[in-house]
Amino acid sequence: MINILSYLENTITKMDDTSKLAFIGDNSSLTFSELYAKSRSCGSFIASKKLNKQPIIVFMKKAPDMIAAFLGVVYSGNYYVPLDSEIPTLRIRMILEEVKSPLIICDGVTSKLLDKWRSERDLDWNYDYSTILFSDICDYEANDLVLSTIRKNAIDVDPLYVVFTSGSTGTPKGVIVKHRSVIDYIENLSSVIGVSSDTIFGNQSPLYLDACLKEVFPTLKYGATTYLIPTSLFMFPVKLIEYINDNKINTICWVASALSMVAGLGAFGIATPTSLHTIAFGSEIFPTKHLNIWKNALPNARFIHLYGPTEATGMSCYYEITSSYDYTGSIPIGKPFPNTEIILLDDKDCIPSDGELGEICIRGAGLSLGYFNDKEKTNSVFVQNPLSIFPDIIYRTGDMGYYGYIDFNSNYSGNEKRVLFYKGRRDYQIKHMGYRIELTEIELMAASIDGVGLACAVFDSENSRIILYYMGEGADVATVKAFLKANLPRYMLPYAIISCDDIPKTAGGKIDRVKLLERRTRE
Amino acid sequence: MEKLLEILQEMHDDIDFSIHVSLIDDKVIDSFDIITLIAEIDDRIGVTIPPEELVPENFNSFTSMVNLINKLENE
Repeated sequence: MINILSYLENTITKMDDTSKLAFIGDNSSLTFSELYAKSRSCGSFIASKKLNKQPIIVFMKKAPDMIAAFLGVVYSGNYYVPLDSEIPTLRIRMILEEVKSPLIICDGVTSKLLDKWRSERDLDWNYDYSTILFSDICDYEANDLVLSTIRKNAIDVDPLYVVFTSGSTGTPKGVIVKHRSVIDYIENLSSVIGVSSDTIFGNQSPLYLDACLKEVFPTLKYGATTYLIPTSLFMFPVKLIEYINDNKINTICWVASALSMVAGLGAFGIATPTSLHTIAFGSEIFPTKHLNIWKNALPNARFIHLYGPTEATGMSCYYEITSSYDYTGSIPIGKPFPNTEIILLDDKDCIPSDGELGEICIRGAGLSLGYFNDKEKTNSVFVQNPLSIFPDIIYRTGDMGYYGYIDFNSNYSGNEKRVLFYKGRRDYQIKHMGYRIELTEIELMAASIDGVGLACAVFDSENSRIILYYMGEGADVATVKAFLKANLPRYMLPYAIISCDDIPKTAGGKIDRVKLLERRTRE
Repeated sequence: MEKLLEILQEMHDDIDFSIHVSLIDDKVIDSFDIITLIAEIDDRIGVTIPPEELVPENFNSFTSMVNLINKLENE
């Protein structure tokens, strides 16, 4: 297999009934045959514009059609860059300027937004684009000859997509991923999770993040079904559980905070998601007390902890929670997926002994191609494996980890007692509500406001809140708040913004984040 | 219900809560807010909102939130 479109095509060929629903959203759905037809139409249109191996932005509201647009871009021999109408304007503009996509596929809502920006365009906005409505091209006549020629020339290291994640330099950075990595990831993830044509996924992640790969591609590969759960349900746990049961959703791969919300608000006293048999979670630390609430509610379900960075295509490690062990400490991230290697490296680039911390480094086909248009940043973290004497690239995650042992009761046998644990970051990246955030990006945004001097963001992990301290008499808190609200994604907004006269420094002159956090606890 | 208004205003100082009646439907209050809101109502007003009351109708306006809190206080 060299191209992810084979998943859809093989499934369509094998299926008894291609009118089975593939993706179901708030107000719309797509069967496998509709998805196939729309993607090929969309692909034929883009190909007719003589675009090849280009980044094509798909800027739409989360819906099944957005997935058809992704596949359409792939059919056309290009790679997609997903954006969503929930991303704030400035951020979208930064990404548009960075990607300079010749074509933007949008829907009714987002095309009006783009028109508005074009008319308001100021001098430093030096990129022009053409837009096309997905609804105008999804029934374009499919051109079999063109599509098959494009496929004959495709190879598995061609890029498939670029997703943008928080960047420590103040602008979001794009991670560019090839077909081979996604194929490798989907094969291994699907076998760990146990996907089949009977799988009914309940998707929680936005479609502009790599997290949605977990549902989208296994659905194509196995002819399964995915419900795109309306975001608003994640505020109302009982309604969310009713939605799961009504639609017989049996498999979920959610960020831990979504599972925590259901457990923490006491929803299981009222309703139980009885249709669920497989629950995978990750992207952040899941408190064991919440895991235990879930385990008690669904004693027969499988619980799988996933770990991995966007730069390695999604998830790289997994750990299935065993019923015989009572988790009081942190939940291990377990072991790498098949065909993935985890190497821990200490300060001296040596392998630490068990129990000792090292940076988690990843090696294997899942490694992405690096950062979009940023050679320097790419070369700083996609580096030569110091343990190899031949060209061999590893990704340095910046995550710290160690190997520990789990005390199973005496009847447990096997060598999986030795497992990997995650233990914090070596920099200022955090995970909040499942989103990856560089605290420096928030700080730089705040510092760009007239009248703000030094700004420092800290993360109170106990209460899961971002706090921003800043110095500068020129800007009051309301101004800073309004500016950040307009320019940062919702999940990056500080819970509290505090103007102060001094920001503590370490002996070396760096901002003392530990002292700042202590100040927060006293307040 | 000054305390409730205070809590809401701290989260969104740009919203006039006396007139807004579709806070959830218009996504003024989102999933980030709701967790904070429930915790603050518990902390500062002393009312715990049970999961069965966590429905959009109870949070769409300031008045509906006041009614919910009053109802729970009288139970």
